[in-house]
Amino acid sequence: MRLAGWLHPILALLLSPLLPGVINRVKAFFAGRQGPPLLQPYYDLIKLLQKGAVYSGTTTWVFRAGPVVNLAVLSLVLLILPLGRVPSAVAFPGDLILLAYLLVLGRFFTVLAALDTGSSFEGMGASRELQFAVFAEPALLVGLGALARWTNASSLSGMFADLSPAFWGDSLPLLVLLASAFLVLYLTENCRIPVDDPTTHLELTMIHEVMVLDHGAVDFGFIQWAAAMKLWVLGILLVGLVLPGASGWRGLDALAGVVGLLGVAVLTGVIESIMARLRLLRVPQLLVGASVASALALLLTFR
Amino acid sequence: MTSGIDSLLILLILLNLILLGASRLHNAVRMVAAQGFVLGALPLLMQSSGAWKAALLLGIGSALLKGIVFPALLFRAMREIQVRREIEPLVGYASSLLIGVGGLVVCMVWGARLPFPWPVPSSLVVPVGLFTAWTGLFLIMARRKAITQVLGFIVLENSIFLLGLLLTDAMPLLVELGVLLDIFVAVFVMGIMVFHINREFDHINVDQLSALREDAS
Repeated sequence: MRLAGWLHPILALLLSPLLPGVINRVKAFFAGRQGPPLLQPYYDLIKLLQKGAVYSGTTTWVFRAGPVVNLAVLSLVLLILPLGRVPSAVAFPGDLILLAYLLVLGRFFTVLAALDTGSSFEGMGASRELQFAVFAEPALLVGLGALARWTNASSLSGMFADLSPAFWGDSLPLLVLLASAFLVLYLTENCRIPVDDPTTHLELTMIHEVMVLDHGAVDFGFIQWAAAMKLWVLGILLVGLVLPGASGWRGLDALAGVVGLLGVAVLTGVIESIMARLRLLRVPQLLVGASVASALALLLTFR
Repeated sequence: MTSGIDSLLILLILLNLILLGASRLHNAVRMVAAQGFVLGALPLLMQSSGAWKAALLLGIGSALLKGIVFPALLFRAMREIQVRREIEPLVGYASSLLIGVGGLVVCMVWGARLPFPWPVPSSLVVPVGLFTAWTGLFLIMARRKAITQVLGFIVLENSIFLLGLLLTDAMPLLVELGVLLDIFVAVFVMGIMVFHINREFDHINVDQLSALREDAS
């Protein structure tokens, strides 16, 4: 019965590297370049997983634990997160709070691993990552809370189960508010353009990339993989919100979810092509805006 | 129809919030203009039976005045005195936004409890009206530039307009048009005032006007 839910993490592990590939293709198309092949992230992963690692003498087990914990945590998240309209493997009241805390756990270990190297640049990246996290988390939690009140369900599977055009009905503004908040979250958590530039390699302006500079080989492969998985996880929140209805057939629903994710990846590519990165000082303002949208959605469910 | 009214009202809330966080005066003026257009559409959706002529007149008048004339006046004033943005607000933009959400909560809770003698078209009208008034007052208090204070004044009038729409049966059209005329004169006078303040002091920070005393030597 819940077999489809158990398959979700495996599906995500296998398919998630497609998402950065799609984003890069779209960006290449906009820039009029040939661009890397669609499967380039897979080639990179295979290459990285075959390498042997070199560890600095100043690092401890914390440094090695970072990427592993991150990947493990994201796989765990996929057990409680429904793929579009396909219910998740595990669902219990309040699992949306577990989702938020699992994401925080992953971030915590990434930051610890960055600090463990003792590099000043990585410390800067860690500081920025946490500064923005402070603004992003209220948006996520309040947004999920609004969704829970709106759908009258207390688990993620229940929340996403019966969202459909018929249910949207009179609360279209609510849907728009939540979708825009989740889109900003998706871009922030994945370090995409209005917040962070994934292609820059200048330590002064990077946020996420700078935290992983000292990781290599298998560890770095895990980090790339986890980044792709994070695109998947945050994307699912957005896709689940706007996907019209369940077909009743699990395979088709899962397919719709994956297609939706690819659509979000294309959208990300378009946003990255037509927008510039915000100044670092303006980013909190954007995130406060997302939190405000979530809070407004929550308020609207109370009347 | 209720869904349309609700959407417009939520748009009003969002415009208010953007206004609280806008540092560039151009953007702020544009937000107020957008509010004028939204308010112009509302009477048409909210009118009760038969009064559509008055509603149309009111809507077009409001949209014309608040959506086109006031912004044009303010843009002209800004061009003449070369002011682009609020440099040092008394309350920062992020905190203004957060305080705004707090105000919104209060308005939602209290606005929903206010007893009303006849059924209102949407349960959101009163809270949004109160919140718009709150935004206007806050802008007048927390910003230094005279232009932003004029904007706060217009937003305050928007809230009176919105709450007045609930009373269209009780309040004659003439009163509403009279209020619009008043506000027009006020903005016109303020436009000239801003220009003169600027020429006299090379800035339009109103908090330094208190230094104008007869006995100061």
